Amino acid sequence: MTHVLEEDTRPRDSATAAAESAGSTASLRSMSALMLLIDGRFPAGGHAHSGGFEAAATNEKVTDIASMEQFLLGRLHTTGLVAAAFAASSCLAFGRAAAATDDAGLAAFTADLGVLDDEFTARTPSPVLRVVSRRLGRQLVRAGRRIWPHPLVDELARLPGQGVHQPVAFGVVAGAAGQPPVLAATAAAQESITGPATASVRLLGLDPFDVNALLARLAGDVALVATRAFASASSSPADLPAVAGYLIDISAEVHATWEVRLFAS
Amino acid sequence: MPANQPHDHTDHDHDHDHDISHLLEPSHEGANTLQATPPHVHVDEEEPITRQPKQALRIGIGGPVGSGKTALVAALCRTLSKELALAVVTNDIYTTEDADFLLRHGVLPAERVTAVETGACPHTAIRDDISTNLEAIEELEEKLPPLDLILVESGGDNLTATFSRGLIHQQIFVIDVAGGDKVPRKGGPGVTTSDLLVINKTDLATYVNADLDVMDRDAKAKRGDLPVLFTSLTQDPAATSVAAWVREKLSEHTH
Repeated sequence: MTHVLEEDTRPRDSATAAAESAGSTASLRSMSALMLLIDGRFPAGGHAHSGGFEAAATNEKVTDIASMEQFLLGRLHTTGLVAAAFAASSCLAFGRAAAATDDAGLAAFTADLGVLDDEFTARTPSPVLRVVSRRLGRQLVRAGRRIWPHPLVDELARLPGQGVHQPVAFGVVAGAAGQPPVLAATAAAQESITGPATASVRLLGLDPFDVNALLARLAGDVALVATRAFASASSSPADLPAVAGYLIDISAEVHATWEVRLFAS
Repeated sequence: MPANQPHDHTDHDHDHDHDISHLLEPSHEGANTLQATPPHVHVDEEEPITRQPKQALRIGIGGPVGSGKTALVAALCRTLSKELALAVVTNDIYTTEDADFLLRHGVLPAERVTAVETGACPHTAIRDDISTNLEAIEELEEKLPPLDLILVESGGDNLTATFSRGLIHQQIFVIDVAGGDKVPRKGGPGVTTSDLLVINKTDLATYVNADLDVMDRDAKAKRGDLPVLFTSLTQDPAATSVAAWVREKLSEHTH
């Protein structure tokens, strides 16, 4: 976008106006990246997962908009909050490492992510969901490093083992996409409900207008969750939110044994 | 503790050092689904994800439901596995049916077949968001080096389904005579632009009043110089002509 500013030959009223223009351009540019990151078409594997919705539709009879609202509220305020907090925290770690000028910054980054990853594992009782989360983390890193190339995202791809959990990867990729931690949290919170919502349209044929109206109604809850997540993000990883709906984890284990299913989780 | 061994977190707290290499967990998925616990991922530190010039030839096999994609994959495995190191990725819509078929018929050992789940959208997994299939391919390449050929079978879809060029090098589109002799004329990217169009089940033509000449003429009209092969996998379970095409592509690929 800088070329727009360079090519703008109109007389400038004042240095202030130019600075405002530059600030606004940067912010719109960041918003464009954010919209790309949370677009349902972003190629990071999310389309094959229902966020527990497929299991809930069958086991808990979540089959209409009213029950869907309860499901999404539950998911947003539990796993959504945890994911948002971890995303914000790893986005903070990204920011610290990106600002560092020595190898110690990189070492601290790897160590920070290791701790966050352990803490997220501790908040994910279901072995199936742990596997799913790491796989989605790898897929996100795969996509992110091609789309917003950054040495710290490459660093994630270089980690031995299975890579980090999705929310931890999400904070780093969001950082590489120029997002501040509070928006990383907001995006993670939003994603915690858009995935299941899309799955509901595919799985049950729920009216997509009704489903999107529901998502729009939940904007206030997303903001609340993102605010809480961001507020906790600079605390010690052990003190990040640890709330869960047990059925999500239990159902995920059962769902993985179904012979016929439309979604991977 | 060895870096590649899973360890149990129930018997200790998290005071140990936080080296990420120990964060491994046992697979709780079916043996033949996308491997949950690869010994490691992204082994090549220089270019862990971007495509390598010397990698295995990846051929996508797509086409409508029931046209014979899995039967073709099985035939190619039978014919080519004696001379090539090959592996298969299947993209089932609901289950691991296709992968199970390949295993049941013993055309490849289990470790050479990986099933990818596609979340109700098989074309998304091969075209719009190829990340899960890339994971599966790279796991196979790391587990079974060196591979010459990887067949990626799509879930049964419609005439608009095609593979991303970021996922495969060559694609075969499989339609069948029993689907009606109008299918080539209807066109669509699979019929029109695939690197090879296979028209299968020629043995059924007389039973379904399909005119093979019409299919041939229409296919050629849609495809220009791109090749078309007529097959009957019941009469030629070795898929001889398709296997010959694969060998030709393989020789071009390694040069």
